[in-house]
Amino acid sequence: MREFRYAAATDPAAAVALLAGEPSGAFLGGGTNLVDLMKLGVATPDVLVDVRTLTSREVTDAADGGLRIGAGVPNADLAADRRVRERYPVLAQALLAAASGQLRNRATTAGNLLQRTRCGYFTDVTRPCNKRSPGSGCGALRGLHRNHAVLGQTLDGPGTCVATQPSDMAVAMVALDAVVQVLGPDGARSIPIGELHRLPGDDASRDTTLRHGELVTAVDLPPMDMPSRYRKVRDRASFAFALVSVAAALRVEDGVVADVRLALGGVAHKPWRAAVAEGALRGRPATEESFAAAADAELAAATPLPGNGYKVPLARNVVVRTLLELTGGLA
Amino acid sequence: MDTEITLRVDGAAHPLTVDTRTTLLDALRERLRNTSPKKGCDHGQCGACTVLLDGRRVNSCLVLAVTVGDAEVTTSDGLAAGGQPHPLHRSFVERDAFQCGYCTPGQVCSAAGVIEEARAGWPSAVTADLTAADAELTDAEIRERMSGNLCRCAAYANIVPAVADVAQASGVRR
Amino acid sequence: MTTVDRVVGAGIDRIDGPAKVRGTAPYAYEHDPGEPIAHVALVQSTVNRGRITQLDPTRAEAMAGVLAVLTPANAPRLSGDLASDLPVLQSLDVHYQGQVVAVVVAETSEVAKAAVGEVSVEYAAEPPDVRLAVDRPDLYAPEKIMAGYETDSVIGDVDGALAAAAVTVDATYETPTQHNNPIEMHTSMARWDGDQLTMWDANQGPHNIVNDLVAGFALDGGHQVRIISPYVGGAFGSKAFTHPNQMVAAMAARVVGRTVVLELTRQQMFSLVGHRTPTIQRVRLGADPEGRLSAISHEVVEHTSRVNEFAEQTATPTRVLYAAPNRRTTHRLARLDVPPPTIMRAPGETPGMFALESAMDELAHELGIDPVELRIRNEPTEDPERHIPWSSRSLVQCLRTGAERFGWAGRDLRPGVRTDGRWLVGTGVAAATYPARRRKADCRISVAGTPAGPARYVVEIDGSDIGTGAWTALTQIAADALGVGMGDVELRIGDSRLPFAGGAGGSTGLASWGSAIVLTARELRRRLEDEYGGQVPPDGVTVDGGVPGPSPHAQERSMHSFGAHFVEVRVDADTGEVRVPRATSVYAAGTIVNAKTARSQFLGGFCMGLSMALHEESVQDEVHGHYANHDLAEYHVATNADIGEIDIAWLDEDDPYVNELGLKGIGEIGITGAAAAVANGYWHATCKRIRDLPITPDKYFR
Ligand SMILES: Cc1cc2nc3c(=O)[nH]c(=O)nc-3n(C[C@H](O)[C@H](O)[C@H](O)COP(=O)(O)OP(=O)(O)OC[C@H]3O[C@@H](n4cnc5c(N)ncnc54)[C@H](O)[C@@H]3O)c2cc1C
Ligand code: SF4
Ligand code: FES
Ligand code: FES
Repeated sequence: MREFRYAAATDPAAAVALLAGEPSGAFLGGGTNLVDLMKLGVATPDVLVDVRTLTSREVTDAADGGLRIGAGVPNADLAADRRVRERYPVLAQALLAAASGQLRNRATTAGNLLQRTRCGYFTDVTRPCNKRSPGSGCGALRGLHRNHAVLGQTLDGPGTCVATQPSDMAVAMVALDAVVQVLGPDGARSIPIGELHRLPGDDASRDTTLRHGELVTAVDLPPMDMPSRYRKVRDRASFAFALVSVAAALRVEDGVVADVRLALGGVAHKPWRAAVAEGALRGRPATEESFAAAADAELAAATPLPGNGYKVPLARNVVVRTLLELTGGLA
Repeated sequence: MDTEITLRVDGAAHPLTVDTRTTLLDALRERLRNTSPKKGCDHGQCGACTVLLDGRRVNSCLVLAVTVGDAEVTTSDGLAAGGQPHPLHRSFVERDAFQCGYCTPGQVCSAAGVIEEARAGWPSAVTADLTAADAELTDAEIRERMSGNLCRCAAYANIVPAVADVAQASGVRR
Repeated sequence: MTTVDRVVGAGIDRIDGPAKVRGTAPYAYEHDPGEPIAHVALVQSTVNRGRITQLDPTRAEAMAGVLAVLTPANAPRLSGDLASDLPVLQSLDVHYQGQVVAVVVAETSEVAKAAVGEVSVEYAAEPPDVRLAVDRPDLYAPEKIMAGYETDSVIGDVDGALAAAAVTVDATYETPTQHNNPIEMHTSMARWDGDQLTMWDANQGPHNIVNDLVAGFALDGGHQVRIISPYVGGAFGSKAFTHPNQMVAAMAARVVGRTVVLELTRQQMFSLVGHRTPTIQRVRLGADPEGRLSAISHEVVEHTSRVNEFAEQTATPTRVLYAAPNRRTTHRLARLDVPPPTIMRAPGETPGMFALESAMDELAHELGIDPVELRIRNEPTEDPERHIPWSSRSLVQCLRTGAERFGWAGRDLRPGVRTDGRWLVGTGVAAATYPARRRKADCRISVAGTPAGPARYVVEIDGSDIGTGAWTALTQIAADALGVGMGDVELRIGDSRLPFAGGAGGSTGLASWGSAIVLTARELRRRLEDEYGGQVPPDGVTVDGGVPGPSPHAQERSMHSFGAHFVEVRVDADTGEVRVPRATSVYAAGTIVNAKTARSQFLGGFCMGLSMALHEESVQDEVHGHYANHDLAEYHVATNADIGEIDIAWLDEDDPYVNELGLKGIGEIGITGAAAAVANGYWHATCKRIRDLPITPDKYFR
């Protein structure tokens, strides 16, 4: 690990001001991702500004009936929050399906959103990786990519990257149309969560649209009145990242899909909002056939790699199954 | 970068000069020679380093020592108040919930955390009814909640009853 | 002398338990050497084959806190007698990726690790050749395979019998590279006092490590090296032999003149301490319509490294399991640019039994015969290749007892017809087997009278407890053999200064060490009776004894333990996720010394087999040549949630031939056959036969 200075600030504004003058500095949340990457030599900040206890650790009721989640709220506390469990089960389930009890106790909401990909070439500094070292190539493309992206990858050029975004929580938040509150050197702004994470495009090094020094202060959840759920498929029964996950919310009226939210995890460089499928479903009968047709429509754009083609039928099945479960059609 | 800190571990305060890079785990093991938390991966992947930080279980390998402040660190050894074994210590021995013993202090701390989390009514990934008022530590619940602690000797089938015995004795629903 | 009830057989709590649960039992890095410890970190090659063309340590050397950087240019010379990957830093040649090319010693672990990145190394490298295939032109037959077995065995006319058989199976099975991954990372803490080396080390047999250090450092003999390893955090084979870490620690300590510690990282354990070779196994079976085998052929292709020949004895269980007049087993190796493979829990039997027991299941299906019945029909009356009687063999009883406990009766033979909601449900069975061996072991027992209380017996033997329960079981054995209570026995193990014993491996520990203790205790009791009238003399008595090696009956009796696994497998019809909610395993392994710790050994073995079936695979990148999933987040082992209800039972088995205690060893049998049982259950649930492990969800979509 490279040497670094450790700085504590007194309030969020001071933290932002501190980091603004440190082009190679980073905010530190729970550290469960950043410290890991520093040990691997992947992250080499020269100063850490500790914001774990600086940003709010509270979940508060919002005026519109939604919730405001402080950036410092630990994943475990968020999953245990009664309001989240009752009104946003998809979020509680996503959090509970992630990492381990110990990690969830330490990890923060902001840190979770901004955790970096688990691609094994990214985390190994002796391998080529356009995300870590732009222009060095993408080791995963011809290497181990069984758990890499099938949608929205960049398959050639300097931006080549087939990595996935690993956060389960983010997938649920995308389905919930959350809004991320940010404080930067130029003031505060709100980012709809669907615009936070990005596809690799021609620059795989940037995971998100955040600018250097921007501090996530909170995540707002709009009110939610649809039943929702999260289903994660992984290699072992617990403590593993998603192969594919689905966050879904569904309202059926008179046998017809009145409203639906669908986001996929483990398939792309960002949580994948399945807008095509959502469009194909609204106003259609809430049946297995329409669910399958909608999933197929979404996945028609998939460009699987030699080693991860299974994710396409897997994602399809999980979408159908999760929607069916939300209709009560499957226990 | 050296920094002065005071670590409060198992009831004693230790003033210490550490590198900012030093993790809580390394501060405990390499500086304080506290052998209770173990290192099995150094990356949050095995749970052998689990300690309680102000009563909550965390992976001490991913916590920088400089961030601990005046939080109370409790290791498995520290659970033995006044040298008396903790009920989890007894149940782990009685149920043979380990073989090589290397993951074990981490399992014990994690189990202590699981019992407290259940007492607080926290759900888990296998909780069918997320809105239930209190948590029930069935075998399936214990398995899921203890899954952040790998045991290569695979004492899992004995860890479950070891945790269950103590949970039950401390009034958690089973 | 007081007599007490026999404690062998009882379920006794581990005597090392209270210290282990609190974390106060000292493992390798947890001893106090009495001085500040310097830290060692490793620079490793990033290529598989080639030569170092440039190595510049100056930036690292200049860092504050760095004590030394060892490179091939300045490292102490080791003797030329060292083999495999032990001549560390002795040349500029690179033979595998991850090879140690430089070593940093620093005041703190933080500085040592940071300095690694400051050593610049360049290579002239060849592309890695790491792909195992049956059509490689360079496959070769080794002289011998491990454990002294013949490379091939050919009896009768296999091809003729296969051609004539009413029913045949011809299938190829693959097992991937796997890594032992004990939770305690390999660690060596070394210190020289003059030309005396002390090493606190994580290994499964201190004496095994001594010889390589004596040879490497050209010492006069074993008396100059002391290896101390009373507690070891798991091993499963990777800690059986000396690896580069012990060499590096001793070199570094010599160079800086003080105690150093080298704790490998988890990632480094994927290249420096061995792995289980991948295998490709073709099994052919021929049978008559009643299922009686006429031919068995088991051909194995596996890999070894450029620097050692490791020939895993994969097809050897096929030489003992079933009767058939015509039989063939072969082993072929490819030398690849891989790190040296090593033993991993039941080397040979584990991958081999996956193939054989899967093929038996396929044959049962072809025949429409219950797979338990098929196995019983092929029970051999004697060792089918050596043509000698069994010392004892209870496979049929294990199958019958297991079937009974599991509720196998009435099982529908058809695959893919049972569901429970979205779960596809099936059941599977497989046999287990492992050889029973005994090795040379010495022992010393001293007794001294205490003025007030009873006599104290000090039992000394360089056995190891890597989690097996040896601390407790050996104390039980000693107490019974001496006719005293366990509290009167003080056991000393895990120290090369103690009388010789081979390591914990090959399930020989209790058979060898326990026998040595029994014979030495008998001699002590005889002397107390004959020479001191049954009284402990004031100055005490010390007796040296032991066992010379294999059982005297080993040539005329075939000695193996047996078992049977039954599992229920559930596969999610939409996702291919696999669960094993319940299993029954029944074993016949002779005397069971400690009912509590033995159950844990059986459980641990079975669960590692389940983990092999469903999770474990080290993926080697064919372009870059490294293990691409080299940590515990990506190399999956079973978690607590992956393990369901497991019913463990064993049969009473009295074997007068194996050793003094009639025990056959239990550390490895549990893993053998377990993966096949799961794969067979998976097929029964889904109709899909996955012949290449592990059975991950992606394979459901083939
Ligand atoms: C073994 C293992 C398994 C895991 N399994 C899963 C899993 O299955 N699913 C899953 O979703 N996650 C998983 N995780 C990841 C885990 O959820 C993340 O590490 C965690 O959520 C990160 O939170 P943190 O607070 O510790 O972030 P940190 O490590 O502190 O920070 C992460 C990033 O966020 C930045 N940051 C932190 N706070 C702020 C802020 N307020 N404003 C701006 N930037 C900020 C940091 O600079 C850093 O770049 C796993 C992790 C491990 C180690
Ligand atoms: S997939 Fe992306 S993160 Fe992985 S190696 Fe390629 S560029 Fe790097
Ligand atoms: S050492 Fe911390 S989780 Fe493995
Ligand atoms: S007891 Fe050995 S790893 Fe758990």
